[in-house]
Amino acid sequence: MSKIPADLKYTKSHEWVKLGADGVATVGISDHAQAALGDLVFVETPKAGRQLKAGESCAVVESVKAASDVYSPVAGQVVEGNPALNDTPEMINKDAYGAWLMKLKPANPKDVDGLMDAKAYEKFLADEAH
Amino acid sequence: MGKRTSLYDSHVAAGARMVDFGGWDMPVNYGSQIDEHHAVRNDAGMFDVSHMTVVDMEGPRVQEFLRHLLANDVAKLKEPGKALYSCMLNNQAGIIDDLIVYFMRDGWFRMVVNAATHDKDLAWINQQAQPYGITLTERNVGMIAVQGPNAREKAASVLPASLRAPALALKPFSALEGEGLFVARTGYTGEDGFEIMMPAEEAAAYWDKFLKAGVKPAGLGARDTLRLEAAMNLYGSDMDEGVTPLESGLAWTIAWEPTDRDFIGRKALMSQRDAGPRRKFVGLVLEDKGVLRGHQKVVSAAGEGEITSGTFSPTLDRSIALARVPVATGDEVQVDIRGKLLKARVVKPPFARNGKSLIKV
Repeated sequence: MSKIPADLKYTKSHEWVKLGADGVATVGISDHAQAALGDLVFVETPKAGRQLKAGESCAVVESVKAASDVYSPVAGQVVEGNPALNDTPEMINKDAYGAWLMKLKPANPKDVDGLMDAKAYEKFLADEAH
Repeated sequence: MGKRTSLYDSHVAAGARMVDFGGWDMPVNYGSQIDEHHAVRNDAGMFDVSHMTVVDMEGPRVQEFLRHLLANDVAKLKEPGKALYSCMLNNQAGIIDDLIVYFMRDGWFRMVVNAATHDKDLAWINQQAQPYGITLTERNVGMIAVQGPNAREKAASVLPASLRAPALALKPFSALEGEGLFVARTGYTGEDGFEIMMPAEEAAAYWDKFLKAGVKPAGLGARDTLRLEAAMNLYGSDMDEGVTPLESGLAWTIAWEPTDRDFIGRKALMSQRDAGPRRKFVGLVLEDKGVLRGHQKVVSAAGEGEITSGTFSPTLDRSIALARVPVATGDEVQVDIRGKLLKARVVKPPFARNGKSLIKV
């Protein structure tokens, strides 16, 4: 079973989001997503300042097996991409919820509330498996 | 649900992630395909290859038939157990499949062809075999490939006692039979090792014995990176019926001599050879960061080409690919990865074999 921390929000495209007290959202891919992709070997993160729409492709994660797009969970402006992942993409396999992809200033922080909570994401994964 | 090999439960027990592969439920990895890759390059790993098609061909004219059917020449196989890699071509010299054929004894050859091409291969072989009166028997066996520098030692240690010494004495591309087993010193990884056929119902017991002997399960993911580093073509990716062996890096598998051997596709192949093929098959090493993938466009001064298969190479710690490019392509090309042109170096494959990188990075 993949890990689904209770304090995060999730998308149907398997990103996780954590909204900080400073109004900045941290975004990564879920443990389920990293396990499905397999060993990650390349990550391309977005540049600071880029304006993203909700659902817009904003990063690429590549495993040995395949390339996969990462989508912005909500609209907003990129604060930074995680520079540590350029040389150590495998960090995502080791700790999907520690190895974040980008920090994002949501245009409307309330948008984050509209995403799935851990329970809903767990149910979504269970349904997707059938 | 797809078809299952007799090792399905063993894979699940080993924590495999199962995927569909040509209609079969097969393990893609057991956790980390990179770890599995290194296990094969540096020690010993095993693959379930029971999904592959094994066909026995028997009859007094079977050698004559295979010398007509295959682009390589089975007359090279003089001793029982010797194996040969060959393409099977259509009349236009397009590749129907690639395969390994073993000379068992006079009047009997054994062929191993790809799982995904099972139906069309058997239809073609049946059709061609008619005039020769050949008996074709598909063998439903279990097959485990044990590969790596320590693979032969570890695998032999759990074979029936009478087979151990003869198995270890096998020369590359040779096989033996005994105690219901077929042991061949062949593989698809660029490492030494065995491919072992056994009765399907004994496969799980052998899998467990290999595990106990220290052989690590490896999935299709590692199998793909290993074969790509070793520059062994994958049917359906690197070649198909639209290309010939001359455009697929497989000129060495065509037996032109003797000139009076009339194999299927020979005429078309000769005219392509005489005219000079327009495309060549090369290796690429990505100089920039990223991962090369099949179907990406290759751009060079000589024109455009295409990557046939690409991946991240765990041995080189770089992305590598096989590509079909215009024959005049030089040493440097660019590859279109999601709209960006990244720099790649053209190299002569293989990239790695026998535990070592063969390319300077």
